[in-house]
Amino acid sequence: MSDLNVDKSKRRFLVMASSAVGGVAAAGVAIPFVVSMMPSARALAAGAPVEVDLSKLEPGAILTVEWRGKPVWIVNRNKEMLDLLAKHEDKLSDPASDNSNQQPEYCKNPTRSIKPEYLIAVGICTHLGCSPTFRKEIGAADLGNDWPGGFFCPCHGSRFDLAARVFNGSPAPTNLVIPPHKYLSETKVLIGEDAKA
Amino acid sequence: MNKLLAWVDARFPLTAHWTAHLSEYYAPKNFNFWYFFGSLAMLVLVIQVVSGIFLTMHYKPDAELAFASVEYIMRDVEWGWLIRYIHSTGASAFFIVVYLHMFRGLMYGSYRGPRELIWIFGVLIFLVLMGEAFFGYLLPWGQMSFWGAQVIVNLFATVPFIGEELSILIRGDFVVSDATLNRFFAFHVIAFPLVLIGLVTVHILALHEVGSNNPDGVEIKKLKDEKGVPLDGIPFHPYYSVKDILGAVVFLIAFSAIVFFAPEMGGYFIEANNFIPADPLKTPEHIAPVWYFTPYYAVLRAVPPVLGSQFPGVAAMGLAVLIFFALPWLDKAKVKSIRYRGATYKWFLAAFVVSFIGLGWLGILPATPLYTWIARVLSVVYFAFFLLMPWYTDSSRVGKPNAKWFIVALVVPAIGVVLNAAQAKPLPYVTELLFFVHLACFVLMPMYLKGDQTKPEPQRVTDK
Amino acid sequence: MKKVSFAKGLLQALLMLPLTAFASGAAIHLDRAPVNHQDNESLQRGAAVFVNYCLSCHSAGSMRYSRMTDIGLTEPQIKENLLYAAEKPGSTMAIAMRTKEAKAWFGATPPDLSVITRSRGADWVYTYLRGFYRDDSRPTGWNNTVFDKVGMPHVLHDLQGQMVPVYKTETDHEGKTHQLIERLELAQPGKMTLAEYDGLVADLVNYMNWMGEPAKGERLNIGIAVLLFLGIFFVIAFYLKKEFWKDVH
Repeated sequence: MSDLNVDKSKRRFLVMASSAVGGVAAAGVAIPFVVSMMPSARALAAGAPVEVDLSKLEPGAILTVEWRGKPVWIVNRNKEMLDLLAKHEDKLSDPASDNSNQQPEYCKNPTRSIKPEYLIAVGICTHLGCSPTFRKEIGAADLGNDWPGGFFCPCHGSRFDLAARVFNGSPAPTNLVIPPHKYLSETKVLIGEDAKA
Repeated sequence: MNKLLAWVDARFPLTAHWTAHLSEYYAPKNFNFWYFFGSLAMLVLVIQVVSGIFLTMHYKPDAELAFASVEYIMRDVEWGWLIRYIHSTGASAFFIVVYLHMFRGLMYGSYRGPRELIWIFGVLIFLVLMGEAFFGYLLPWGQMSFWGAQVIVNLFATVPFIGEELSILIRGDFVVSDATLNRFFAFHVIAFPLVLIGLVTVHILALHEVGSNNPDGVEIKKLKDEKGVPLDGIPFHPYYSVKDILGAVVFLIAFSAIVFFAPEMGGYFIEANNFIPADPLKTPEHIAPVWYFTPYYAVLRAVPPVLGSQFPGVAAMGLAVLIFFALPWLDKAKVKSIRYRGATYKWFLAAFVVSFIGLGWLGILPATPLYTWIARVLSVVYFAFFLLMPWYTDSSRVGKPNAKWFIVALVVPAIGVVLNAAQAKPLPYVTELLFFVHLACFVLMPMYLKGDQTKPEPQRVTDK
Repeated sequence: MKKVSFAKGLLQALLMLPLTAFASGAAIHLDRAPVNHQDNESLQRGAAVFVNYCLSCHSAGSMRYSRMTDIGLTEPQIKENLLYAAEKPGSTMAIAMRTKEAKAWFGATPPDLSVITRSRGADWVYTYLRGFYRDDSRPTGWNNTVFDKVGMPHVLHDLQGQMVPVYKTETDHEGKTHQLIERLELAQPGKMTLAEYDGLVADLVNYMNWMGEPAKGERLNIGIAVLLFLGIFFVIAFYLKKEFWKDVH
């Protein structure tokens, strides 16, 4: 065993080359294992877009559907509800929906919707994930006589109006999420898929 | 970097372990092909643990859901098919490398002093591995899973007095059921792997204490130069690390070829019947254990029931595995390696290999009278290798090997096979008689068998 | 303690069982199924046959319709041609038939077919689907060359027509004579010629074979890449080992 006639550069090259190939092998093996933790075909199928028929939803009523395991509300807002939306904007933290994470671009409007009458929102409070309750009665006794109708989160008292916008002073930091959706016909909406997709 | 290392070393013996077990751990320089299988067994262990963890994320240990959850992994989980095939192929690969690793030990006397404890830990690893494989095989909840487990658990029922209660305890039910599946899952994914990893650790610690054996039988830690460096050794790192990398790549080529091109391996690694969900009311037409258990299964079937009890067969099967523990004390030879042993030992080792492979092959086949008869003959050979070892390895009884008795021991079974095969129906008395002659040849062997005529070991081995 | 002795008897029966299985095991000739997992057109035709004929009684609970994008169908095509209105492309090939009813009708629950070609083999399924013949002694009026006393009726008989067996007599080594089916003969033609019917079954079996392991094509392709990569790794590892071992004399 002598170190005298060792070609050091050749040795270094071979060590580098095998380390590189070994590294590629390790990464190549890691990819399938890590990717296997992504949602499976079953999860994707369960989270597939949901088609909802709106023809039976009366004005003023709410319909809750499940999309990706979360409640999605569809409220058919009547004229009175829509009129009230503009009257309490000073009490909201984000009346113009400037936070672009909370709704698709096409719902950045005063009603936060494609069709003014239909509110479609993910019914999960942006505070800690409870599902708020639908409180449409204007001036409800427990919510104050200026209550314009909306959603109240029983967990920590967050309040949202009927465009799912959060009132000042609520624990929830942002408006509720409007999911991507598109209308397939006058009365059929597909929740979970954009028109552009 | 050096500062960080110093900081760690002040708190944890990192450099010390690196030197003690890799960079200045001296291994004999004369390892040959057979010495790849230890490191390969480590590699397969890692493969099985990692792929197993990821399978656990998607598998459901529930009799209603288990079968479908395996197909879910095969289809719906991204790359799930690959992880599952890696795990199923890895199970068989584990036994291939472990059997070759054990055979290496037999050839070069790696179980001999001072390596008895390494050997005992090794046999324990083998036992735990068998349990691990058995538990894991139930999890896909197919027909072979179910009926394989049913048969093996019922083997415990043959134990006198406590057998029935024992088998009920193992199953947690009167048949293999959801309860059984759930506990086998617990054993397979946590209990046995923990024990296995612990045993592998002590196996290697014991090895590094005494140093590796080698094809010549040089005691590596005996002869050292003035600096304390073993004269016949080279540092494990880099020499054996680069060599083992080469071995690992060759292994992975074979492994990948199976995983990607023949994951069922013609029905030996994944059986066709296991694609039918477990049905407690319907046994498949032909059931056999997975290939790595078949040598022992053949021993089980070879032993006839005594007084209506299967227990002798079960006991023989258990003994066939446990007898490996006794090996260090059965071998009386002065030399360790097959290189310096005489013809007698080589004949016995060859006969043992033939019997092991033969039994493995017979264990796969249906038990016809002919096959059962051959299995009996081979079982005798299997046990003779161990039980006669104190006589045939005893160098103090040296003499010329008495070839004619060997010939009798070989010719008798040959006649038996021919007689059996030529007849549509077995000849009951003739074949029984031939078997007993064959058995007697071995039982009486201590009386006429001479010890092994060993060759002198080279000076490197005998130097003190 | 009745169950306990059952276990004992079962063990003995199982240890002896292979013997009896072997004794009765006259090998059945199976025709080779012309399967090709890359032939998308055949797979698509087979999928349509499977959905139209098999899925009314059998499920394929592990198989998602959406997976058929792997054999060249688009989601709208799947939705239009293969699905009922209420189903989604992501759903599995489950069926509404109640198991109890099925058992009453056919004597056994029709098995799930997700992996049937992996348990039976494609050749068996191919031979089976072409092996139905008239047998008035059976409640359904049908028997099968590879599955004697089969519970399933010949669902495709309007396509294949009605086959009747042609017997031959064979003498075994004990001198007993047996009536064996030599081949089947067309007694009453169906909508297809026999050659067309074979083609239809070939497509169907090809589809079922693909459905048994949809990842197979991916597996083979990736396998080649992995082996090529390991080949390169081998060359480097070989020279690495050789270079370091120059030191060892």
